[in-house]
Amino acid sequence: MSMFLETLIGGLLAGTMYSMVAIGFVLIYKASGVFNYAQGSILLFAALTFVSLTDQGVPAFGAIALTIALLVLMAITIERLLLRPLTNRSPMTLFMATLGLSYLVEAVAQGTMGSQVRALDLGIDDLPIFLGDIMISQFDLVAAGVALTLGIALSLLFNRTRIGIQLRGVADDTRAALSLGIDINRIWQIVWAVAGIVGLVAGLLWGARQGVQFSLSLVVLKALPVLIIGGFTSIAGAILGGLIVGASESLAETYIGPFLGGGITPWFAYALALVFLFIRPAGLFGERQIERV
Amino acid sequence: MSEIDLPIAAPTIDKVGLRAVGLAAIALPVLAGPFLASEYWINAIIVPFLILSLAGLGLNLLTGYAGQLSLGAGAFMMVGAYATFSLQLRVPDLPLPLALVVSGLIAAALGLAFGIPSTRIKGFYLIVSTLAAQFFFEWLFLKFPWFYDGNSSATIALPRGLTVFGLNAETPHGRYYLTLGTVLLVTLLSFNLVRSQTGRNWMATRDMDTAAAVIGVPVVRAKLQAFAVSSFILGIAGALWAFAYLGSASVQSFGLSRSYQILFIIIIGGLGTIRGAYLGAAFVSLLPLALDWLFQHLFSGHVDAGLLQNIQKGIFGLLIMWFLIKEPEGLARLLGVKLPARRRLFPSSQT
Amino acid sequence: MKRLLLAALLAGTVFSATSAALAADVSQYIPLPTYRVGAYASSGELWWAGERDYFRYINEVEGGVEGVKLNYEEFETEWSPDRTVEVYERVKAGKDGSPLAFFFTHGTPATYALLEKAAADKIPLIDPAGGKTETVDGTVFPYAFPLLFSYYSQASTGINYIASKVGGFDKLKGLKIATVYHDSAYGRASQPAIDLLAKKYGFENIQIPVADPGNEQSPQWRQVREQKPDWVFLRTWGVSTVVAIKTAQRFGFPADHIIGDVWAGSESDVIPAGKAAIGYSALAPYPGGTDFDIHKRLKAEILDKGKSDLRDQKLFGAVNYNVGLVNAALAVEALRTGYKHFGARPLNGEEGRWAFEHLTIDDARLKQIGFEGLLQPIKITPFDHEGGGAARIQSWDGQKWVLKTDWIKADHELLNPLIKDGAAAYAKEHGITPRTPEAETN
Repeated sequence: MSMFLETLIGGLLAGTMYSMVAIGFVLIYKASGVFNYAQGSILLFAALTFVSLTDQGVPAFGAIALTIALLVLMAITIERLLLRPLTNRSPMTLFMATLGLSYLVEAVAQGTMGSQVRALDLGIDDLPIFLGDIMISQFDLVAAGVALTLGIALSLLFNRTRIGIQLRGVADDTRAALSLGIDINRIWQIVWAVAGIVGLVAGLLWGARQGVQFSLSLVVLKALPVLIIGGFTSIAGAILGGLIVGASESLAETYIGPFLGGGITPWFAYALALVFLFIRPAGLFGERQIERV
Repeated sequence: MSEIDLPIAAPTIDKVGLRAVGLAAIALPVLAGPFLASEYWINAIIVPFLILSLAGLGLNLLTGYAGQLSLGAGAFMMVGAYATFSLQLRVPDLPLPLALVVSGLIAAALGLAFGIPSTRIKGFYLIVSTLAAQFFFEWLFLKFPWFYDGNSSATIALPRGLTVFGLNAETPHGRYYLTLGTVLLVTLLSFNLVRSQTGRNWMATRDMDTAAAVIGVPVVRAKLQAFAVSSFILGIAGALWAFAYLGSASVQSFGLSRSYQILFIIIIGGLGTIRGAYLGAAFVSLLPLALDWLFQHLFSGHVDAGLLQNIQKGIFGLLIMWFLIKEPEGLARLLGVKLPARRRLFPSSQT
Repeated sequence: MKRLLLAALLAGTVFSATSAALAADVSQYIPLPTYRVGAYASSGELWWAGERDYFRYINEVEGGVEGVKLNYEEFETEWSPDRTVEVYERVKAGKDGSPLAFFFTHGTPATYALLEKAAADKIPLIDPAGGKTETVDGTVFPYAFPLLFSYYSQASTGINYIASKVGGFDKLKGLKIATVYHDSAYGRASQPAIDLLAKKYGFENIQIPVADPGNEQSPQWRQVREQKPDWVFLRTWGVSTVVAIKTAQRFGFPADHIIGDVWAGSESDVIPAGKAAIGYSALAPYPGGTDFDIHKRLKAEILDKGKSDLRDQKLFGAVNYNVGLVNAALAVEALRTGYKHFGARPLNGEEGRWAFEHLTIDDARLKQIGFEGLLQPIKITPFDHEGGGAARIQSWDGQKWVLKTDWIKADHELLNPLIKDGAAAYAKEHGITPRTPEAETN
């Protein structure tokens, strides 16, 4: 039983790491209807910039400020040069454009900052804590705390502030929002910048765990099933989706894996997402679209 | 006075004549191609280009015509390749062309199975089903040694090489004609398919499936048909990719990046056109080579090699974005507008 | 008559002069499929720097190999076997009058993909410390060279080292040794050897797969914690190594009881793991460090003159840089063997095969070329395309790799029948008649 509990808790905590990546997607999808495949590359870019700056002797806070400034600049550029010309295109075109964007961002990151793997020490030791028989990772606990804080902060931002209300207006009905004089381009820039910052936080945590390196950009593949389960448009959904994916993946690898030869995590999350889709075609918290003919 | 008659009489003669001339103009270099191009061009550029066009065509039927987004093109190519290998190994009496067809049918059946969620899931959410196929098959074909006959490198290669009804197709020319023949045949069938009732149902489903259902288009059947036909073509393309181009393959040859590549092909080439697949495949397979060649000649030795490779990758990304912005309907449209005179030569431009 | 003789003489000199000039002008073409972009660029970047620096050193300081210059050229593949096949097709005919003497695959999956093609084209595939293990048997695989250290040897050397740590082979009985491996053909390649060793020495063999890319490994290490193995043999690659070392620490498995294989033992595998990696050891057919003679020569002639391909000179002597040096040296010494036999001119694939099959680098030669301690003595024969089969053990102290042992040989007597059987099965399946090198004359 303690083994089961430990696997479950470990999985739930690991799942919050997925949630953090997924939140970045949700923000952008909600505001601009773009499934931003480049989120992983942006995450890599952000973490790599931070590490490169600290390696140069820039203090951590300065490095964070500079990285955020760069991310904001990047958001504005992306909106101006990519999103604006692509307004009203099909979601598929937008998705492909972000694939192209991910090539560019990765090339800039690796080309300017090198491809060497960097160590990133956030000062959180990844040592086991024991609750009776159950082992919990200290690092995962901190990561889960960060994810929750991030989720709550973003929910407050979007529910309580003017920008947040405007954003929801844009998400609900772009045309109505435009006619009310909401500067939709501005909203996009803000959302992409915020998503970039979320990417930085996720990138730092993932980077501390596995080194800041190219494979950080692959965490998007983990985020996708999370999004499907939680819905593309809900931050709470992203967090819950992460927990579900993390826990079930961990339990499946431990209890089902041995019968199938192991290594089933890459597809298990997707299979789970499929099951969820059959039950709720728009995710747990997604908005059901009503089609009118 | 004949000057007056000509404009009236000419079109009918011209149309047939021009078509014949046009067809001959295409057919001649295509058939004589191998004798004009070097072995490298055939092995490393023309054959993969043809196979990628075929794969693009397969995905275009599903995504471009029936409107079902798929990120699992690589998965069904993988199924085709592994099925062909198994058939050639375990049913040695089955000739290769038939094995290709049977493999295509196996891929079609599996494509149908992974297409079932499309009856309930719409739009972007559908990518999860196709991605599940992608990761599941990658795991399956690597995990169970039966699929690669237990050899230690987990790669598949045809036990008796490429033989078509006793003829050895292992030479560059053999590969070329095998690929070309398959591609032409499938293209012809696809032409007829998209102009048939099935094709019209697909397009109705794509344009608005709720509306299509209301006016009596069998939407569910159309979607599943599209999945099956698309996977059939992808399966054959996968088998050709493995055995006519690479010679041997592993699951890595059909990874997620392959699926993206095929999707790039149809989006850049033009969704919902047959020739788009060819144009897109040319773009996607030739551009990196052209960039590579250009950079080798311009900057080799002057700029850090790592930086150079990254610049190439960045330019590729930029060009993709630029194309999507400038040419929303892909190269097919671009070519159609720029060369109006050639439109008459190509029956394809009507679709 | 006199004039005719003179003219003939003149023509003769002119002719021989031009042909000599031609032979000296044509340099040996060496294409390098590389990956400077993508997930594996961190290892690649240093690897190519090592190869390029050594080739440059040979060209500029030693005036080429026996006077023949090396013409090396890079092609980006992003570690994709498919793109390596495309590169192979592009270069297999040679360039600028030079045929291809051999082809570096720079990755095991690429070697797998090219195995049959290269055999048909008669071009040797060089993949040191990689490749398909059965190809050690050159009678069935004349054109595949998994030089230095096959995957079976890796398993065997690892077990030999564990035996020396626990106080002898008899102490292995009853131990539990877990292999945590990248779930791919590469990761599984050592399994037959480990099975055999487990039977021979009576240790319990636990195999735990990690799916690619391996950035979350809690279930695997929880399994390790449940089963309580005495040692873990780590056969991962790329990010999965870092995550494995970190996750091991979290689950309380001591780093000094984990032994990594060749491709899990570079700086990029341990630096990101931070303190968790202190005490972790790895098999090193390519030891890290700059304490070798060749590094002094390169420093003086290449680095200090600003000719190095290294972006960051701090990485001089990193494990992956030394991988490049050793591989380049193997190629250079093989070409030298070939030039001595065939004459100093670019070799073709068949001649390249002959050259590699007669490559011998003994201790004296290692001293001369400055590779003593960095490269093991090598003797390749048509029957043995590995030629070495030993590695040193290096351990990470938090700052650098520290060499713990001299060369530890794999148990070839035990492994050879396994390799022979594998090769024979392949030969039967593909209708190959193993050649009889004794009967070959050239």
